[in-house]
Amino acid sequence: MNLNSPNSELPTFDSRLRTPNYITWRFIRVWQRNWDVYIKTWKINFLPPILEPIFYLLAFGAGLGYFVGRIPYNGRLISYTAFIAPGLLAINIMQNAFFENTYASYVRMYYQKTFDAIMATPLTVEEIILGELFWGASRSLMATTLMMIILSFFGLLDYPWSLGILPVALLGGLAFGSVAMCFTALMPNIESFNLPVFLFITPMFLFSGTFFPLDQFPLWAQALAWIFPLTHVVELTRALALDSPSLQQLWNLLYLLAFCLIALPLSLRLMVRRLIH
Amino acid sequence: MEPVIKAENLTKQFKDIVAVDQISFNVWAGECFGFLGPNGAGKTSTIRMIYGFSPITNGRLTVFGKDIKQHLREIKTRIGVCQQENNLDPDLTVWENLLVYARYFNLDKKTAQERAQEWLNFMGLAHKRTAPIPELSGGLMRRLVIARALIHNPDLLILDEPTTGLDPQSRHQVWEQLWQLKTKGLCILLTTHYMDEAEQICDRLVIMDHGRILVEGVPSTLIHQHIGGNVIEVENPTSGLLDFLKTKQILYENLSHRLLIHSRDGEKLFRQISGEFCTSGCTLRMATLEDVFLKFTGRGLRE
Repeated sequence: MNLNSPNSELPTFDSRLRTPNYITWRFIRVWQRNWDVYIKTWKINFLPPILEPIFYLLAFGAGLGYFVGRIPYNGRLISYTAFIAPGLLAINIMQNAFFENTYASYVRMYYQKTFDAIMATPLTVEEIILGELFWGASRSLMATTLMMIILSFFGLLDYPWSLGILPVALLGGLAFGSVAMCFTALMPNIESFNLPVFLFITPMFLFSGTFFPLDQFPLWAQALAWIFPLTHVVELTRALALDSPSLQQLWNLLYLLAFCLIALPLSLRLMVRRLIH
Repeated sequence: MEPVIKAENLTKQFKDIVAVDQISFNVWAGECFGFLGPNGAGKTSTIRMIYGFSPITNGRLTVFGKDIKQHLREIKTRIGVCQQENNLDPDLTVWENLLVYARYFNLDKKTAQERAQEWLNFMGLAHKRTAPIPELSGGLMRRLVIARALIHNPDLLILDEPTTGLDPQSRHQVWEQLWQLKTKGLCILLTTHYMDEAEQICDRLVIMDHGRILVEGVPSTLIHQHIGGNVIEVENPTSGLLDFLKTKQILYENLSHRLLIHSRDGEKLFRQISGEFCTSGCTLRMATLEDVFLKFTGRGLRE
């Protein structure tokens, strides 16, 4: 909105990049709006994170796990079910924030014109998007909490370290939500989201150490996997769930933090470019 | 007294078109000010700059005496906006729409509830309190959008085509409510391409086309100045009539099958024309704002 540049020339994308709006705590209003809507249909919203781990554990744990046997992890052998449970948590963190800030945010922006309505209030575009991102991260957190309760019944999470998965869910949710919001800012229509889902989400889902250890891969593929943010989330959730966090996890955290520091401001700028003309 | 809105050489340029081209105008407290113009005239671009959707390209714009570039958030807390599209929140009920919107303005819950009830009553929506948005008719949605824009008791209400797409009953109801708001002293800014709407509720208006202001003034004065008191419409005019008008130097507009004659002393001329030159239809009517509008913007169709 070019607030800080009196006598500005044509407000090009570049000039807006240099003069972003300041952001206040008002972004929480957008979070509250989404919470109000979410809680109206909580029974439906609570179902997937409760049922999904049960389905996966049945299919992969009881079904596939029978053939896989035990898997080496950190110098000990663990059951296949114990190996994939933290992977499921990580995938859940990724998917909740990603789908919230792609499809759901796009519907609010494009079809429902909710952002337009809020832009006529004292909130800035940046605050609206930040509210959406924190909402996406919150959905990851809420789904993770529910899923952890279920997994705990199966005795698959070691406490108290597993509680550390909750802040990881928030940070990971923010990372995936920020990428998602970049796509939302760039996509011409809602069908186009198939592309990032196919090229970004599906490969991560399969190749981030979720269902099998990364060292099965050739070295170049391992190096590639370390670029995926999901690999780092999986590392964190697995170490915390299996009671064996080490210094390595500090790097995972730093990677996610750095990822957020790039993707989040980028998503704000891309959305300003999309919405302000 | 300082104007509520002061625009000086206000310009909006998009990539390859100048949507608003160096316009200047003032809007004063307590008045209803209208932007009239065909589609694509620059009305919406102008008011989008005023409510802060669209950064200004050039010129100066102050609202409540404050420069919009430096004080946008402050200004936005004091204006209520009804955009062209009904962007009500379809995930929420009527009542929730108002409360959630009030929260964007930092109203506390108690105040928000009181105001919401107050404006629902005023807009005649109290019986729809728990209704989901998709069940509302077009007229009800529009009234709710206006109620929502008033939730924080703004000092300026901005409406972009408030009655487009509404049935006549709903239009009149919206006018009636806007009129009541005006008598309460609220400053209203609106865009429209309905002449009757502008004549009914605008104290002052500008007619815009191609990004420029063509004429500005009080509706009745504009009609009197630019058209006169009456218009005589003649169907299938004869060549004798055209010669008569030319020799008398009376202004007219020839639409092939119909002739429009603008006249200040209509009745005398009408008697003469209908007696001497008219074979079929010949009518005398009051001049309207539509005559002024068409005189300035022409009859060409717009994209």
